Amino acid sequence: MHYTLHVNGRALEVDVDSDTPLLWVLRDAVNLKGTKFGCGAGLCGACTVHLDGTPVRSCQTAISDVGTAAVTTIEGVGDTPIGALLQQVWLDVDVVQCGYCQAGQIMSAAALLAKNKTPSDDDIISAMDGNICRCATYARIHQAIKQAAKTDLGSVATKKGT
Amino acid sequence: MTNGFLSLLQPNNVEGLAEYLPEIYASRRDFLKVSAAAGGGLLLSFALPSVSKATAMDHADTGTTVLNAYVRIAPDNIVTIMSKNPEIGQGIKTMLPMLIAEELDVDWKQVRIEDALADAAVYGRQVAGGSMATPLEWNPIRKVGAAGRQLLVTAAAKHWKVAASECTTAAGKVRHQASGRSLSYGALAAAAAMLPVPNLDSIKLKDPEDYKIIGHSIPGVDSPLVVKGEPLFGIDTVVPGMLYAVFHKCPVFGGKVVSANLDAIKAMAGVRQAFVVEGGTNLAGLMPGVAILADGWWRAEKARRKLQVKWDEGATAQQSSEGFARQAAELAPKQPTMSLRNDGDVAFALQGAAHVVEAAYAYPFLAHAALEPMNCTAHVQGDRAEIWAPTQNPEPGRVLVAQTLGLDTKNIVVHMTRIGGGFGRRLMNDYMVEAAWISKQAGVPVKLLWSRADDIQHDFYRPAGWHFFKGGLDADGKVVAWQQHFVTFGSNGKFASSASLDSDTYPAGRVANLSFGASLIPSGIPTGPLRAPGDNGLAFVFQSFIDEMAHAAGKDPLQFQIDLLGNDEVLPGKGAGFNTGRSRAVLEKVREVSGWGQRSLPPRTGLGVAFYYSHLGYFAEVVEAAVGNDGQVKINHVWAVGDVGSPIINPTAALNITQGGILDGFGEALNQRITVEKGRVVQANFDSFAPLRMSQAAPIEVYFLVTDNSPTGLGEPPLPAAIPALCNAIFAATGKRVRKLPIDPEKLKV
Ligand code: FES
Ligand code: FES
Repeated sequence: MHYTLHVNGRALEVDVDSDTPLLWVLRDAVNLKGTKFGCGAGLCGACTVHLDGTPVRSCQTAISDVGTAAVTTIEGVGDTPIGALLQQVWLDVDVVQCGYCQAGQIMSAAALLAKNKTPSDDDIISAMDGNICRCATYARIHQAIKQAAKTDLGSVATKKGT
Repeated sequence: MTNGFLSLLQPNNVEGLAEYLPEIYASRRDFLKVSAAAGGGLLLSFALPSVSKATAMDHADTGTTVLNAYVRIAPDNIVTIMSKNPEIGQGIKTMLPMLIAEELDVDWKQVRIEDALADAAVYGRQVAGGSMATPLEWNPIRKVGAAGRQLLVTAAAKHWKVAASECTTAAGKVRHQASGRSLSYGALAAAAAMLPVPNLDSIKLKDPEDYKIIGHSIPGVDSPLVVKGEPLFGIDTVVPGMLYAVFHKCPVFGGKVVSANLDAIKAMAGVRQAFVVEGGTNLAGLMPGVAILADGWWRAEKARRKLQVKWDEGATAQQSSEGFARQAAELAPKQPTMSLRNDGDVAFALQGAAHVVEAAYAYPFLAHAALEPMNCTAHVQGDRAEIWAPTQNPEPGRVLVAQTLGLDTKNIVVHMTRIGGGFGRRLMNDYMVEAAWISKQAGVPVKLLWSRADDIQHDFYRPAGWHFFKGGLDADGKVVAWQQHFVTFGSNGKFASSASLDSDTYPAGRVANLSFGASLIPSGIPTGPLRAPGDNGLAFVFQSFIDEMAHAAGKDPLQFQIDLLGNDEVLPGKGAGFNTGRSRAVLEKVREVSGWGQRSLPPRTGLGVAFYYSHLGYFAEVVEAAVGNDGQVKINHVWAVGDVGSPIINPTAALNITQGGILDGFGEALNQRITVEKGRVVQANFDSFAPLRMSQAAPIEVYFLVTDNSPTGLGEPPLPAAIPALCNAIFAATGKRVRKLPIDPEKLKV
């Protein structure tokens, strides 16, 4: 089946089976490797992307259900002020160990901050609990989100320059 | 949630340890080479040791040292440091360059870390990293930096016709104080490249007081790429013309393919090839299975769902976790078949004891479940193979591929990628030989990717274990007898991988009448090292049973531990031996920082303490846990005190990995069990085999003691004590002793 996807502001043409999870379309059909495969069952969050700003598990989202929704991946989230801020804070806090989960973590965190500018500790835990970090960098993920929430977004340059 | 913090404390007077494994270097005369770099720079080439002792020794035997790392100083004063140690999240790629940059005396801003992956020309022998990197490389690598500095100083002194002793260095420049002249390293590099190699034995290293990089937090060098989703990992490899493969092995370990509906599979959309791989019987090598190759991984995986295979399941199909536990219970009262240690007269001492404590402990198989599933990309063409693999241990993989495919190792190139978690799983190279074989049989480049179920059901598991204890206390509450019967896996008097018990394990040497015995159950379940191998199970049983004895003696558990340690001395044991003084020091510090014995706690809330010596490091940990009436355990707070020598090279990474290791221990204790039924693993994904999540993560305060000992690794040492500290806290909270992992909330209900 032929689909036109809107990924990170670009229209991409793909020809894949209608039940193909968005994850594999991104990784194998359009070669955006930032979105990661961890479980294929909606259990780990490594594959988290945004559909019109809402975080979804791309391993559980068939291409046929994406429609005209704007897909944002880790490669594109830096073009948004929140995404750029989170990427910077992630470095400032030195969150990363192996790094495999971190794309998904940042995508979940970006979706949280977009709808809740001042998340409580519990808000952070409930937004992030679906994202496994096997290296258990949880304290730093938590700290990075808190730090981002305290930052004035006007002061952050996006990847393309604000 | 609050975040743990790092606190560097004053030195205490704990006896120093000898340098570790210096013999590897002693035999390497050509450890360092000096040459001119293209474009007028200075090139220092040197050898990094392998994590595998055998590999390092092989090099020594043949007298050839492969120089696999280098520092290049370019005329523009940029210092490029390249090493090929695999990065699995342990921070090696940042830490080793820090050591060189410090002694070279350059500004960290001048330093670039070369991406070894992009530099195909230098692939020769590959080097694995791991928990031994810090102790192995601390001295030699600093000497490389210091030698470079000495060369540059010599070059400057010659140029100015002054004595080298009148010159100083700072931030990548040599200065002659008296005349006020200075030259950048870049300007001196070409001249320095003409000088002979300095004698490494007489190289002077910096006074730690002068450190500007070591001991300062440097964020991970690849993190800017990671947070942008750059394709760094094995799973991200793309080779032109490759097909995507799944490999379906028998769910029963060791099972063989009898037949499969290959024609039906080949007819499915996108499937290009499907074939049986005959394989062999080596569980760590190429096992039998069915390979399906498609134009995308999803299509290969989808086709697999229609795959019907008739298996010859073999003998392991009779085995189960329940059966193993039954065998262990039957063996328990019998005489152990192996005597590991026998001090004094345990039977007599138990008879005369004022109080005898008896307990049976058990822990299950565990999987590694690294977040990046096993994968490997391979292109075999004729007698050559090129491989891209996220492996912790590439060299044995290369040998395995050579032997299995009948190739010459010389013709096999292994590219290492960043690794999405190892935990010991990627010391094995089964996925590498599978990818290579499938590429050979298919005649195309192949990217093999395992599903999560493949990963959890075809692991090398932390072996389950059973321990049957009798401990004797005298009237004063002193331990006078310790009898331990360990039942585990193995055959013919040989323990299965990671299933052994060292005869020196503490409290051996501190209890006059002590016996360790073992009985082995043969099994077809593959076992292997999991983060803090051995210790991740042994710490739980040893440190829980000591806690039981403390309570039976009516003593404070922490003081009881300190009393049992006795005088400060080094007892025989792994590495440089077991240092009772270092153990006591971490226990005393954790008593102080946790407010042990000073705080009143709410009902069903308790503090537990444990310590462990693992992989050259000492950790004492106190856990505060609350147990709900429903039996659910909540960890409120953790205090961890470590002695891994000094300095802590990169504090930010040290803190991160310490917290991660402790949380990993809690994940094992609270959530994890691998169950074998009919020779196959029941669990298949993160619902039934659950890593710790953020909601279970406790705040952890970390302290490192500043001691005179050389720095050692942190990948493993923080983990083992976390498990018994938690279980001991649960006992303090509820009066119920956890003797079986994972912790069962049903048993803790009111
Ligand atoms: S890969 Fe999608 S949730 Fe794990
Ligand atoms: S950093 Fe390794 S899984 Fe999160």
